[in-house]
Parts: sequence; structure tokens; C-alpha cells
Amino acid sequence: MTREQKSLWLHAAVVLVLGALYFVLPEYHAGNLARIMVLAVYAMGYNLLFGYTGLLSLGHAMFFAAGMYGFGLAVNHGGLPAGAAVLIGIAATLVVSVVVGFLALRTRDVAFMIVMLMFAQTGYLIILYFGEFTRGDEGFVVQQAQRGLFGFDLSAQGIRYWAALILFSACLLGIAKGVNSRFGKALVAVRENEERARMLGYDTHRLKFLAVVLSGVLSGAAGAAYGLLFGYIGSTFATVQYSIFPLLWVLLGGAGTTLGPFVGVLFMFYLIDLSSFLTDAYMFIAGIALLLLTMFAPKGIVGQIRASRVPWLP
Amino acid sequence: MEFGPHLLLASLEGAVSAAVLALTAMGLSIVFGVMRIVNVAHGEFFMLGAVLAWWIASMIGAHPAVGFVVAIVIAPLAVGVIAAVADKVILQRIGYDPERTIVATIGLLYILQQAALMTFGPDARPVTPPFNQRIDLPWFEFTKNGLGLFWPWGLSITSYKLFVVLAAILILTGVWLLMTRTRFGLIMRATQQDREMSQAFGVPVDNVFAYVFGLGAALAAIGAVLVVPVQQAHYLMGHDPLLLSFIVVIIGGLGSLPGTVIAAVLIGMSDGIISVFFSPTLAKIVATMAVAMVLVFRPQGLVGKAAS
Amino acid sequence: MNILETRALTKSFGGIKANTNIDFALEQGRTMALIGPNGAGKSTFVGMLSGRIPATSGQVFFKGKDISHLPAHRRIALGIAYTFQITSVFSNLDVRENVALAARRDRTKSEDEVAERVAGVLARVGLSDRMEQLAGGLSYGHQRVLEIAMGLVQEPELLILDEPTQGLAESEVTEFVDLINGLQGRPTILLIEHNMDVVMRTAEMITVLNFGEILASGTPQEVHDNAAVQAAYLGTTTNAES
Repeated sequence: MTREQKSLWLHAAVVLVLGALYFVLPEYHAGNLARIMVLAVYAMGYNLLFGYTGLLSLGHAMFFAAGMYGFGLAVNHGGLPAGAAVLIGIAATLVVSVVVGFLALRTRDVAFMIVMLMFAQTGYLIILYFGEFTRGDEGFVVQQAQRGLFGFDLSAQGIRYWAALILFSACLLGIAKGVNSRFGKALVAVRENEERARMLGYDTHRLKFLAVVLSGVLSGAAGAAYGLLFGYIGSTFATVQYSIFPLLWVLLGGAGTTLGPFVGVLFMFYLIDLSSFLTDAYMFIAGIALLLLTMFAPKGIVGQIRASRVPWLP
Repeated sequence: MEFGPHLLLASLEGAVSAAVLALTAMGLSIVFGVMRIVNVAHGEFFMLGAVLAWWIASMIGAHPAVGFVVAIVIAPLAVGVIAAVADKVILQRIGYDPERTIVATIGLLYILQQAALMTFGPDARPVTPPFNQRIDLPWFEFTKNGLGLFWPWGLSITSYKLFVVLAAILILTGVWLLMTRTRFGLIMRATQQDREMSQAFGVPVDNVFAYVFGLGAALAAIGAVLVVPVQQAHYLMGHDPLLLSFIVVIIGGLGSLPGTVIAAVLIGMSDGIISVFFSPTLAKIVATMAVAMVLVFRPQGLVGKAAS
Repeated sequence: MNILETRALTKSFGGIKANTNIDFALEQGRTMALIGPNGAGKSTFVGMLSGRIPATSGQVFFKGKDISHLPAHRRIALGIAYTFQITSVFSNLDVRENVALAARRDRTKSEDEVAERVAGVLARVGLSDRMEQLAGGLSYGHQRVLEIAMGLVQEPELLILDEPTQGLAESEVTEFVDLINGLQGRPTILLIEHNMDVVMRTAEMITVLNFGEILASGTPQEVHDNAAVQAAYLGTTTNAES
């Protein structure tokens, strides 16, 4: 079997297992898994920029929130049906990521990280400032009646699971294909040695810009889906913490691997879930995880498996 | 209150926040200047300073002045030691790689913050100022007898706030003397210029870095101890100082000490003034956006010189 | 026909001129060596040709077209390949992918054609048995060869080699000379080189750069006989050797 075939089978198997799990898992865990799959889409979007292109952003919450608020505001204030509102959410992210990409890519390295952080912070403050519409810190709920898509009620647990799975699978398979394409390989070239890639004739600036936009749009799609499936729009999702989470997930699961983001979200979600008996200070666990990962396992779980056992792992 | 007295009041409040900000941002700037790393946990060292100050003051329980004096000596020292240990245990191990350092200090941020939540609790707690006389301030008006002074109601400042400004000036002068007039300062500057060369000349760079990281954190803690009688200690209080310090350091030019002080005064004063007259959220939006734009279009800072 | 020309090309770094008014021409199909003492401005000059270093003033023409304002990647896309003086490969990728990345710049080529070309070039430079190895794990000499392979696979019209034999062992230098001389459908080559033996064995033309200006240009014999060159450059080498 070639690498591509192995990769295809692996991803198909993951999708099938996730589908089968619905019939096996208790309701509580199935609910968690739906949430994990949507967050994994966010993480995959982040991974595209961080893991494949080598750009570390500290501001992805602005993309996630742009999708989420674009959707939520379109439903609540615009009175649009859910499908159109999701598209508005994605369009909002597209605009944000184009503008941010254009400006932020004038900087590099640490300056890029800080610029992204500052833009995201501005976004968060703007949400608070327009509290009249966004309901500020409190956030707002999207009513069940407004959460129907193609005749399905997405607030129902079962349908929610399948919707999450469809979104997740589409992203996973798309990314698996994308990173194997010329574009994906060119992104890796930028990550590995930008100057060399440029002197091979690659327009590295354009590649980075496209990566920011794609990564932003995926993150925004996850944000819109989160609002649609779980019915709550809140400014928490725009805070620095939500910019740090995808970094943590991707580092934990394995940057630059297709399955790393999902694995990272899965582990982190249950780590926090399990530790919540012990302490309310769940970010303590996240902090320790970040520290230990950077110090001792920068490749993450899937990255480590690839490096030591399964070299073909995509 | 009339506009004039109101502005004076806002400026005085602004001067207090500028003073504290200058200390905190100076810590961040020195760490960036010498070690070339961005310490995202800097705000948490500030918070630790405040929380420790509360803890020390409430332990001692004698006259507030005694508690305060002990706190301003012990808290920064303790925070400095914690930071130096963090440097040795964490940052040295990852070789001060810029990106990994940011990720590691984000981890440290949450660990410190949440540790404070678990021990200190979620409530904000006040520290009694060592002295706190109200000083009424006069304003002038033109009467038919010429210029006259009067004391508008509410236009006043406390002796403690004046002390904060004065203390900050003294400490910053001390830092400047340390950097320019001592052997330690010379070593720091040499390390800043050329790390490998300094090492070759026998400068124990690892130890210098631990001291510098400790010094940076201690400066933030001093700022926090000074401000805590005015502002109350809280486990989430590190967030704003971190952001504002970033803003100051970036606007002032990364690693430039005079630039940092000028920018701190500028940002602290204008933040105070804008917040009084407009919404504080709007002030913050303007400030964060300004920082992003400065980094994008003028990465050497507003005060710094253009690199050739 | 001249494939490459420059007119009054100048670069100054903070007031200090590294290249002054360089008028330079390279005929299509030739191999030209660019020589000169350290600090003569050779790397700055080729940097301005490839677009890595922006020129302060002056123009660069490639196949008669003014490319002075094109960014580096656009110049490369026109058919200029550039290899770095300091080895610069994708260390964490395998040898095959390194060369494939270079080959894929030509978007008209399918992935199969890319693979074929990669295999062909790797066979030519003698790296076929190391295709799966990570580039970072290759010996220094092999990394230099890989650099050249990345240049060749682009099938450029102009190949700029910045000190390709620097740091190579004697046997590897010989292999390099054979490789260059054995190229089929040979591209125009601009070679920066310190090793005069390599220059004499590969170059048809030589340009001598000194203090950021062209001191002489011509066939190896002409340059060798040039009094100014002898005084400034070759003379010292001969003295050192004798």
C-alpha cells in the first residue's frame, strides 16, 4: 500500500469508529464527543497555520468568535435562518482573516505572535463594547426554534452528534488530502525553511496569507457550528484563553499531523473533565500540560508515535 | 466638577498608574532587552507581588506601616526568587528559544494564576495603606479681583498616592544606576550585546539570565505592592498590567529603557485620562489597536530609531 | 545574445557601497566564473541578480526583460535558479522531497513527471541511494550536492552557484567539476568560485570583481594576462603558490 492509501484508510477508519461510537457510548460521553469534534475542527484550522505553515498565532479566538458571533447575531438580530447565518459567520471570518492576514504578515516571529494577540484582544473588547447587541460578558442563547438546518433540529442530542461528525469528517478528509497536495507541501516548505522556499520560486508571502485565511475560515466555521449546535454565544470564546486552547491541543496531539488536533482536544477535554472533581482551577492543569509539553514532548502524542514507530503517519 | 479640575484629577490618577506601569513595564523590557525573550507570565509576577503583600500585611497585623514596609521588601524578593527558579528549571532547559519560551511562559501564567486561585481564593482583598492623608488641591478662577484660588469639592489626592509616584521615580533611578554604573549592569549590557562573546569572556550567562529574569519579576512585584493599597489584590489582576506592559514596551521600542519610561508615562496618563472621560473599554480598544499597528508599520517603536 | 545584463547596478549598506555601477553581461549558454577577493561584493552582486538583496539603484535584465522590480520568487520562476553559499536545504524533509519541492515550481508538470525528473537528477548527482534520508542527516558534501541537484532539477536557463565547492574535499571538488562539465543541454551558469583550479576547468569566461567594481572581464587567458588583475588578485595567488 502506498502512503496515500494508508492515510486514506486510516482517516476513513477514524470516521467509522466515531460513527460507531455513537451507538455504544452513554449519552453523557456522546455529548462530550460531539463537542470535542467541533473543537477539533477549530484545532485543525489552527494546525494548518501552526503545524503546517509554522506560524504561531496567539489570536485565533478572534476567528472562532467571528464565526460564532457572525452566526449568532445574524440569527438573533438579523432573524436569518440557521443555514444562512452560518454562511454569514463564515463570511465574517473570511473578512477578518483577510484583513488580519494582510496586516499581521508584515511582521514575523515574536512580533507576529504579539500582533495576533493584540488583534484578538481588540476583537474581544469590541464584543464587550457593543454589549447592547452582543450582551457582553453574559452572552446570549440561540433558541431551539432557530437551530434547524434542512429540517433537522440541531439542538437534539442525536442529530447534533451526526452533524458534528459530518463537519469533522469533511474537515479531516479535506485536510488529509490538502496536506498531500502541492499546496500543502509548499506550506511545509515555508515552515521548514522560508528563505529556501522563496529562492525556489515559491511566493512564500502569498502562501502564508492563504494559510492564514484558510486557517481562519476553518476556525470560524468551527465557531459558527459551535453556536449552532450548542446554542450559546459568549464573549468567553473570544478571550485569550480560547486562543491558547488550540495551541495547547495541537501541541498535545502533535503539530503538523492530521489526527493530532483531534487527539489533543480529546485528551485535554477529558483531562479537564476528570480533574474537575479535584479542583475548579482547571486551567492549572492546562498550564502544567503546556509547560511539560514544551519542555519534554514538543512533538506531541501523534508526532511522537510517528517519530518512533509509524513513519508513514500522516 | 468643572472641566479643568476634572482634568487635573484625571492627570493625578493617571500619574499613579503611569508610575506603577513604568515599574512593571521596565521589568518586562529588561528581560526582553537582555534575554531576547517575551515573558507572558510577567503579569502573574505582578499579581503574586500583590497577593504576597496582602498575605504579609495580614500576617503581621501590627500598624499598617510595619506590614507595608515588610511587604515591600519581602514580596519582591520572594517573587524574584520564584522567577529565577522558573528561569533555571524551565527556560534554561528549552534554551530560550523565542517561540517555546512564549508557550512555556503561558503555561507558567496559568499555573501561577490558578495556584493563587486555589490558595488565596477568588475574592479581592485590600491592603491598608501605611499612611493616607487627604490633600485637597486648589484650583484657580478669574474673579474681578484677578486670579483667585479655591478648593473645589472632590479635587484631592492622598499622600499615599503621591508617595507611589515618588517611590516609582526613586526605584527607576535606582534601576538606571544599576544598569549604567555597576559591574552587574555592565555584565548585563555585555550579555545583551553579544551572548556568545560574553560567555567566551567568562560571564556566567546562565546565572546572569536567572538574575535578570528575577529582577524583571521583582520590578513587577514592587509595582504591585505599591498599588495594592489603592487597588486590592485579586488572582486575575495580572491581566491588565501584562497587556499594558506589552503596549508600553512595544510603543517605547523593544528593549529600550528610556523609551519604556516615556511610553509608560504616555500610556499610563492617557489611559487614566481617556478612561475618566470616555469608556475604559474604548480606551483599551484604542490602545491595543495602536500597539498592533505600531508593530505592523513601525516595529522599532515610536521612540526607537529605525534599524538600518 | 545576452541572457543576463546589468546596468549601473549599485548597492550601498548605510552609505557604504558594496557594489558600484556594475555593468555586466553574460552570454547565453556560457559558463562564467565570478571571482575576486573576499569582500569584493560577489555575493551582494548575485544577491541582487536573484532578488534576494534589493538593489539601491541600477537595473537587471534577464533575456532582454527588465526584472529589476520583480521579487525574488518571480525571477526564479522566469528560469533563474540559485544555490546558497551557506548550505540551505530542508533539513527535516527527505532528499527526494527537497528536490521535488524544487521541481514542482514548474506547475505544468504532473506529480509523476516531477518524480521522474527528481529521480533523474538524483541519479545524475549520485544521490539515488539516499532518497529516503533526511537532508539534515547528510554529510556536508552531500548537502552541497543536494543544493546543486535542487538547482538542476528546475532546468533553469540560468544557474547561479554561490561558492559551490566551498568546504568540499578534493575528490568531491573533482566530482563537481565533472558534473558541471557533463551537463547535457547545459544551462548558462554563473559561478562564484574561490578555487582557481575549478574556475580554469569549468569557466569559459571570467569576471573579476574588486572593491565592488568590475576590474576585468573576458576569457580565462585574457583575464590571466590582464595587468590590473595580476596586480590586484592573481598575482598574489601566484606568489602565494610559488
